[in-house]
Amino acid sequence: MDYALMQRVFPFFLEAAWITILLSVLTAILGLTCAMLGTAARLSRFRVLRFLGAAYVSVFRGTPALIQLFILYFGGPQIGIQLDAFEAGVIGLGINVGAYMTETMRGAIISVDKGQGEAARTLGMSKWQAMRNVILPQAMRLMIRPLGVNLNTLIKSTALVAAISVVELTYTAQRYIGSTYKPFEMFLIAGLLYMIIIYVVGLGVTWADRKARLN
Amino acid sequence: MSAQKPFIDIRHAKKSFGTLEVLKDINLQVDRGQIVAIIGPSGSGKSTLLRAINDLDPLTGGEIWLEDKQINMDLPHRQYERHINEVRQEIGMVFQHFNLFPHLKVRENVTLAPKMLKGLSDAEANALAEEQLTKVGMIERIDYYPSQLSGGQKQRVAIARALAMKPKVMLFDEATSALDPELVEEVNLVMKQLAEEHMTMIIVTHEMGFAESVCDRVLFMDQGVVVEEGPPEVIFRNPKSERTQNFLRKHLAGQQA
Ligand SMILES: Nc1ncnc2c1ncn2[C@@H]1O[C@H](COP(=O)(O)OP(=O)(O)OP(=O)(O)O)[C@@H](O)[C@H]1O
Ligand SMILES: [Mg+2]
Repeated sequence: MDYALMQRVFPFFLEAAWITILLSVLTAILGLTCAMLGTAARLSRFRVLRFLGAAYVSVFRGTPALIQLFILYFGGPQIGIQLDAFEAGVIGLGINVGAYMTETMRGAIISVDKGQGEAARTLGMSKWQAMRNVILPQAMRLMIRPLGVNLNTLIKSTALVAAISVVELTYTAQRYIGSTYKPFEMFLIAGLLYMIIIYVVGLGVTWADRKARLN
Repeated sequence: MSAQKPFIDIRHAKKSFGTLEVLKDINLQVDRGQIVAIIGPSGSGKSTLLRAINDLDPLTGGEIWLEDKQINMDLPHRQYERHINEVRQEIGMVFQHFNLFPHLKVRENVTLAPKMLKGLSDAEANALAEEQLTKVGMIERIDYYPSQLSGGQKQRVAIARALAMKPKVMLFDEATSALDPELVEEVNLVMKQLAEEHMTMIIVTHEMGFAESVCDRVLFMDQGVVVEEGPPEVIFRNPKSERTQNFLRKHLAGQQA
């Protein structure tokens, strides 16, 4: 192993890691937003909205994220959507992970005991009051862990945007391989940095989960 | 039967789940302050009838009236929601499995709805919670979470939660069936106390002794119909219908076994 080389390129990888982190944060925010809308649609009393919610989930979970990215980035201009690679990455991955998160949120909400909503409604609360004050607080606790799993998957799938040449960790590794011919070292550094990011996020999720359970 | 209009009036109530007819033309009139027990075998439709009264399981036919208000009115969705939310505030319901809100302390379980729906201030809601929890003997546990309570204690808190909305009627769906035998009495005592205060109550129960001691009337239901109804001493000691006799005999045998 070429440790000297690894040391020399490491700062550039660190910079790229920040891009990966930024990408992950923006994607997570967009994903959560899509998931809230998706969940509201799936649980709506209107059939059309339920159908749209279900269609969203099955389309985006039923096709490879890479194809979705390619359609958006390469196919987009053909239908008038002009995005730079980073924007396409955030939007493409965000909508994709939103579909998974929709299922997570919906699952948590429907696994709150039916009696909870009934008790709230019996007291005279509206559907929304019951949801807001009784069901959601309980569902929140149930969804932290599985949302953490979605987040973990999301961080790893940011590697896909290397394919549309966003200069994040994976792309940076590929670029240095082109000039150094040392794939082992380069992918090792990238892998290590992914691992650190994922580890820290995992700690955060565990902390949030424990905190939610305590009170 | 009194000449005045009944407090609760259920007329020709019908309910089907898909093709399954669960309630077949049920009629029930309850006067203010009356206590009615509903007994019957499993699956006879007792819970469904009770849940129809506050529209948790809407009827597929017939009418339910509370005083001069029809509960299951035919209204556009939004108006109906507003109407039913108001009606439900007047009808307290107690479930077999308590359904306390586990993320809230006992105090908040009781104050949540009055604060939200009646605009009570924190101080007013607290006073109300303390009053209701004292009544059911749970005041010392006011700052506990439901998970820290026994089943009997949970059920008493659930009763206090319902009472805090100052309902005109209380519905009990097997309030003691999920309890260990030694915890049944404390809940029964609370219900007896409500009876002494002339709360109008409909009580679905498998406890014949309790029904006999507190109820003014007993309904025996089987397969979605009211087979027989009358004062407890008649239904329990001298039932006319063979189905009632069989049910009570089996039930007694089951209890002794
Ligand atoms: N949501 C539902 N969907 C379909 N069938 C239902 C539903 N709720 C109740 N039923 C059916 O309706 C019938 C009556 O049920 P119900 O719960 O009213 O009986 P019950 O008299 O309360 O019985 P138990 O003593 O066991 O509580 C049963 O056959 C039951 O399976
Ligand atoms: Mg029942």
